[in-house]
Amino acid sequence: MNSLAIETIKPIHPVWMRVTHWLNAIAVVIMVMSGWKIYNASPIFDFKFPGAITLGGWLGGAIQWHFAAMWLFAVNGIFYVTLNILSGRYRAKFWPINIGGLFNDAKQALSGKLAHDDLSNYNMVQKSAYLLVTLALTILILSGLVVWKSVQFPLLLSLMSGYDNARVVHFWAMAFVMIFLLIHLVMVALVPRTLLTMFRGR
Amino acid sequence: MMKKRIQLLDEQLIIKDASKALGMPGRRLFGKRALSLGALSMLSGCGLTDESSVEKMLMSISRFNDGAQALLFDPSQLAQTYPESMITTPFPFNAFYGEAEVPEIEEDYTLELSGMIANKDEWTLAALAALPQTSQITRHICVEGWSAIGKWGGVVFGDFLKRVGADTTAKFVGFRCADDYFTSIDMATALHPQTLLTLTFADQVLPAKYGYPMKLRMPTKLGYKNPKHITEIFVSNTNPGGYWEDQGYNWFGGS
Repeated sequence: MNSLAIETIKPIHPVWMRVTHWLNAIAVVIMVMSGWKIYNASPIFDFKFPGAITLGGWLGGAIQWHFAAMWLFAVNGIFYVTLNILSGRYRAKFWPINIGGLFNDAKQALSGKLAHDDLSNYNMVQKSAYLLVTLALTILILSGLVVWKSVQFPLLLSLMSGYDNARVVHFWAMAFVMIFLLIHLVMVALVPRTLLTMFRGR
Repeated sequence: MMKKRIQLLDEQLIIKDASKALGMPGRRLFGKRALSLGALSMLSGCGLTDESSVEKMLMSISRFNDGAQALLFDPSQLAQTYPESMITTPFPFNAFYGEAEVPEIEEDYTLELSGMIANKDEWTLAALAALPQTSQITRHICVEGWSAIGKWGGVVFGDFLKRVGADTTAKFVGFRCADDYFTSIDMATALHPQTLLTLTFADQVLPAKYGYPMKLRMPTKLGYKNPKHITEIFVSNTNPGGYWEDQGYNWFGGS
């Protein structure tokens, strides 16, 4: 394949997808690090996050970061999901999902046999992981709205079983995203071409 | 400038933490260090002196968020109320100082009114207690994240404002307190039906630690927006700011 051919083939990740991915990464890092500082002001569980990995310096600063990055996170997230639906990318990339395939791919992945020849195809593990982390991020928004404005969102407040529980939901959704992120980074380290793909599109 | 403010804040918070015996007195200092670290790691493209411009950007987004919350605020949306059985006991003491520093109020206390109010006569506690009283059991949500349910009783604040001829088309209501605390709220929240000028807590005269002689109680706002030991109420079109708000807590502080 000559370089001209490479230039003209359709990118694996369209440019809007790459841009929203990195904007989301920035927003999530800011929100998580400032969120840990906010958590530390009144921990739900019997531990605190080390100050060095938090953002904001003090509670007021952390809240400012958190509620600044939320706009980037929300607007970018809505843009990402909308374009995925309208462009047909969700159907093309994520459909179909089947549980048998998921277990099969997971088994292969764990034994190091899962092939990554064609990065434009997601395997079942990837499909599930990307959809679940999108779901977790959505739950983070919904529970976050309750923690932020419990009076103004009475329906969401009931859905989260009250203010205090919304904080717990918010925490676990964050924890899920962190586990995803860890695995995501390990996978990128194992298949470094995917990182290039997320920058260049191919 | 930020550093100075943070230092000042640290001292206050450390005193508060120590007096509450929460342990870990060094955590705010640790946090102070994290500020520079965090700000730097976020700003690889900017110079080291840009910390204040980041601060300015965050402050202006916080002002934008004031506006967003004002839009989101529904004047007729009521906060959830709870049965007596769900009241938190003991209700936590919370201030920017320790419980031993709670201000003592003199017996000849009167509430002063100023600014855009027609009748600026001072109010005695007896006169306030003679007004129609109501009570509610609501959740107090602290900016730190914890919450507690309590029962407050007193005068519907919107009724009081109308009674004294306050200009309710003005933008802000400000409060000065006996403990040198000060804060201010938007007029829409001042007129919310659950905003009470409270004289009682748990059906008893408001105890000193919960804000004697009076506390403005708003279940639609975070704890730091609910002033205690109020000595003066004024109406203004200029935003009077607040003790915590001027240091960086969001001014609207809605919940």
